[in-house]
Amino acid sequence: MTGLLSVSGLSINFGGLAALSDLDLEVAEGAIVALIGPNGAGKTTVFNVLSGLYHPSRGRVTFRGDDLLALAPYAIARRGVARTFQNTEVFRRLSALDNVLIGRHAHIKGGVLGGALALPRVRSEEARARRDARALLDLVGLGDSANVEAASLPLGHQKRLEMARALAAEPTLLLLDEPAGGLNPTETRELMGLIRRLRDERKLTILLVEHDMQLVMGISDRVAVLDHGRKIAEGKPGEISRDPAVIEAYLGAPE
Amino acid sequence: MRRAVLLVFVIVGLAWPLLAPRYFVFLASLVFVNAIVAMGLNLLSGYTHQLSFGHAGFLAIGAYTTALLGLHGGGLPAPLALLGAGVVTAAVGVALGLPCLRLEGLYLTMATLAFGFVVIEAILNLDRLTNGADGLRVPAARMGPWALTTDGARYYLVVVVTALLVIAALNVTRMRVGRALLAIRESEIAAQASGVPVATWKTIAFALSAFYTGVAGGLFAWLIGTLSPDAFDVFLSVDFVVMIILGGLGSVPGSIVGAAVVTVLNDALAGFQNYRPLIFGTILIGCMLFMPGGIAGAWRRQTAP
Repeated sequence: MTGLLSVSGLSINFGGLAALSDLDLEVAEGAIVALIGPNGAGKTTVFNVLSGLYHPSRGRVTFRGDDLLALAPYAIARRGVARTFQNTEVFRRLSALDNVLIGRHAHIKGGVLGGALALPRVRSEEARARRDARALLDLVGLGDSANVEAASLPLGHQKRLEMARALAAEPTLLLLDEPAGGLNPTETRELMGLIRRLRDERKLTILLVEHDMQLVMGISDRVAVLDHGRKIAEGKPGEISRDPAVIEAYLGAPE
Repeated sequence: MRRAVLLVFVIVGLAWPLLAPRYFVFLASLVFVNAIVAMGLNLLSGYTHQLSFGHAGFLAIGAYTTALLGLHGGGLPAPLALLGAGVVTAAVGVALGLPCLRLEGLYLTMATLAFGFVVIEAILNLDRLTNGADGLRVPAARMGPWALTTDGARYYLVVVVTALLVIAALNVTRMRVGRALLAIRESEIAAQASGVPVATWKTIAFALSAFYTGVAGGLFAWLIGTLSPDAFDVFLSVDFVVMIILGGLGSVPGSIVGAAVVTVLNDALAGFQNYRPLIFGTILIGCMLFMPGGIAGAWRRQTAP
């Protein structure tokens, strides 16, 4: 396995508060890596840097050899980094199908003129994109909700809709921010199966932030633990669950 | 049923100049011109959520461009003159849209409001070109050897142009471009994360919106025959906003219906000028409280299964 994503010396401050300090992280191609830690540890901040929403004060991020920090968010998405959001960021007043179709934006041709004239080429691309989008809705189990307004879907379905939208961009690296948030144990098990299939069948590399330890320990190849913006441990799931520093971060120091 | 209704509309629309008195032929033309502006404004405000109170300015640029092309363009055929008006106005739209990328919400709206005033001042001050407050006579639209000098002829020109622009708007909004614009309205962050270059599409929305309004300006110039800056004041911009809010933000058919209602109402209220702001203000507040999706939204809810 070769390194797909490489983060080194990453630091970012928000008004004097060090949200991340000197973070190093390697994600190998084809791996499932989990980023865990207590609330406020900086996990989502890492995602926001990787997807170009935050600009770090120091550090480097390279993805397949490209400097991600030099790219605008949409360009990062086009290089093959897609993400979901912790508090879901679906296009609320659009249908589930349209949500996924927007994920395919960069892969469909058809600008203003071609669209206005409804050229045959543009129409056939559109039809193909709709078929692809429906297939993705089926994959995440939302095949019956294609025409439902995204806002009226239950939270768990919105999370899956975001996954379908992210997959529509045909990413190499998928960033999942608390994919199991708000799911019941059965749904979480289904989600674990889905994430494994994405890696095995679609050859995706997956970096996820998650609090659900069943999911983290069940599917991750590696786990990195953040606390107060620092990485305090990294290793295989079994090693992490026995690491004294991790136990202390989660449970507090023994009296 | 829907086809039958549409067919009746098309037949009545085509036979209108034969059926109606001259003034109503003019009024119907004005409805279509305003429908074009409303579609253009909706592409910007309804689709990408950049509310503009400056579209009378774009309309003025299109109108004056057409008049000047008629005066100095050596008998340019009407379609080319309209295209010219659209392109010039779109260029101004880009010039306004680029700095507006840094603005949001109320501040963006203020900038467009100011733009409307700047255009009027520019027309007044460029009086060598525009004849300032004295008004500029617009030469009749030409199609080869013919000059379109009757209300009927102008009506048919307006109908054809409107039909083309309605089809184009429906096509554009149904596919990739429309979705990208709606994505920006719903969540800029998620749009970017989905690979949509938000700044580019916001600027394109300005250009497209200005293009539509510029073409409408050209038709408007031929309809009214003489241009003066006070025809493009801020109240006209407000009328356009009322049209899309009443008709439905983000809806092409809604834009047309909104334009029809406001234009006819405006005409009917011509004798009660002082009460117009009161009436339109009431309509706006009523829409926001009871019909947030405008007429188009209410229609969708009525017909939804």
